[in-house]
Amino acid sequence: MSLELRDVRYRYAGTRQPALDGVTLTLEPGRVLGIVGANGAGKSTLCLVAAGLAPATIGGRLDGEVLIDGIATASARPHELAQRCGILFQNPAAQLSGTSPTVWEEVAFGPRNLGLALDEVIARVEAALGALALAGIADREPDHLSGGQAQLVALAGVLAMQPAYLVLDEPTSQLDPHGTELVASALADLSRANGAGILVAEHKTDLLQRLSHDVAALVDGSVVAHAGADQLLTDRRLDGWDVEPPSSVRIARAARDAGAAVPELTP
Amino acid sequence: MIAVVEALIAFVLRGWTGLAVVLAVVIATAVVARIGRAMLPFVLATIPLIASILLINTFLYPGATDTIVRVGPIAPTWTGLEFAVQAALRVVAFALSVAVLGLTTRPDDLVSDLERRGLGRRAGFVISATLRTVPRVIQRAREITDAQRARGLDTEGGIVRRARGIVPLAGPLIFGALNDVEEQTMALEARGFSAPVRRTVLRTFPDSPGQSALRWVLLGVLVLVVVLSVTGRLGFLP
Repeated sequence: MSLELRDVRYRYAGTRQPALDGVTLTLEPGRVLGIVGANGAGKSTLCLVAAGLAPATIGGRLDGEVLIDGIATASARPHELAQRCGILFQNPAAQLSGTSPTVWEEVAFGPRNLGLALDEVIARVEAALGALALAGIADREPDHLSGGQAQLVALAGVLAMQPAYLVLDEPTSQLDPHGTELVASALADLSRANGAGILVAEHKTDLLQRLSHDVAALVDGSVVAHAGADQLLTDRRLDGWDVEPPSSVRIARAARDAGAAVPELTP
Repeated sequence: MIAVVEALIAFVLRGWTGLAVVLAVVIATAVVARIGRAMLPFVLATIPLIASILLINTFLYPGATDTIVRVGPIAPTWTGLEFAVQAALRVVAFALSVAVLGLTTRPDDLVSDLERRGLGRRAGFVISATLRTVPRVIQRAREITDAQRARGLDTEGGIVRRARGIVPLAGPLIFGALNDVEEQTMALEARGFSAPVRRTVLRTFPDSPGQSALRWVLLGVLVLVVVLSVTGRLGFLP
């Protein structure tokens, strides 16, 4: 049981240059895999491909295999994948359905689509809202939320689907430190308690340092390094890949450069 | 249902009788629902249309010879005036019927209940999304306007200056909306929108046997009026 990308090469419709080139990654239940890379490195494309939306929904050409619990995404129907793998996009406004009068109903949108019993829908929505401390805005109109609130609501909508795997494309890009902390806690709980496998593409390496078991670095659509989070996030090559190391690593390096006796963090 | 039947009858039934009945029912409904004052904007919105109907038909009704008064080339006719008043009242009756529907029914409740009665999820989504699109587009247009102003675009002043400002506003608005469509499509699929099951119904609305019976009666009346009107059997009505 895992989400696997085997030698995946993907290019968007109308382009010759592959956005992903020879990517092989495995995400197991209960594990968190972080993805780092500069803008344009292919992180968002990797998220779409891993969740089975590319090429199924947006076209393009996929070579290699993407398997979710052994099911090839190329041959699965979108609604079948939706119950196995949830995805959060970078832009929360586009993720919201645009049809719900309240935040509560917005979060219920996915579970309702699955035709679940009303009790089950209510339980899932309450759990998702509770996990992200959104109960206080449950009655608000989704169109009138701040960017950060909309991002949390979009994530709650994904959590309410209770998929086995979560693919998150910069889930905290619009959040303040408190919101980022909330998301980190919710994802850690989800991974630990529910055994969800989580793939997180993020620029905030502090978040990945706290959350991830493993991290892969993408450069020009290819995985150039893949290792345990402690190892990769202290790798000196990060700077060359235009990835900012976590603040603890930067502080330690700055202290060392200033002559302080700080042990080298690289394993 | 009352509002929909009224709106349809207002246009199906010729002459004064249908109009009188529809207006009476609309006004009675508005009084019962206590929405009389809120209906005023709906009536005001029809003024330009009513004015043009009155002017064109009163003065230019084809073939009418019963002149009211002749002032040079201008010759309003009684036939034209009668037709114009009927048409104007028909528009008012329609607008008031729409107002009754709009002011007594939340769009989300309407869609929710229609879904409960078997409306497909795609049709329900289209109705809901359409109803919510206008405020969203206005909001986005405001954001783009602010952003363009911050970069020095002049959107105030005379007509020519304002017209010049439309292109830098419309471009991002249209292309931004098109760009969102792709992401929204993916987001819908990722949330199980195409699942081949019936959507869970969140809300049910009280629906007494009396209300249900009234709906069927209204539907029957509508069908009857349409049939009689089409076959010309209502010609005896004034």
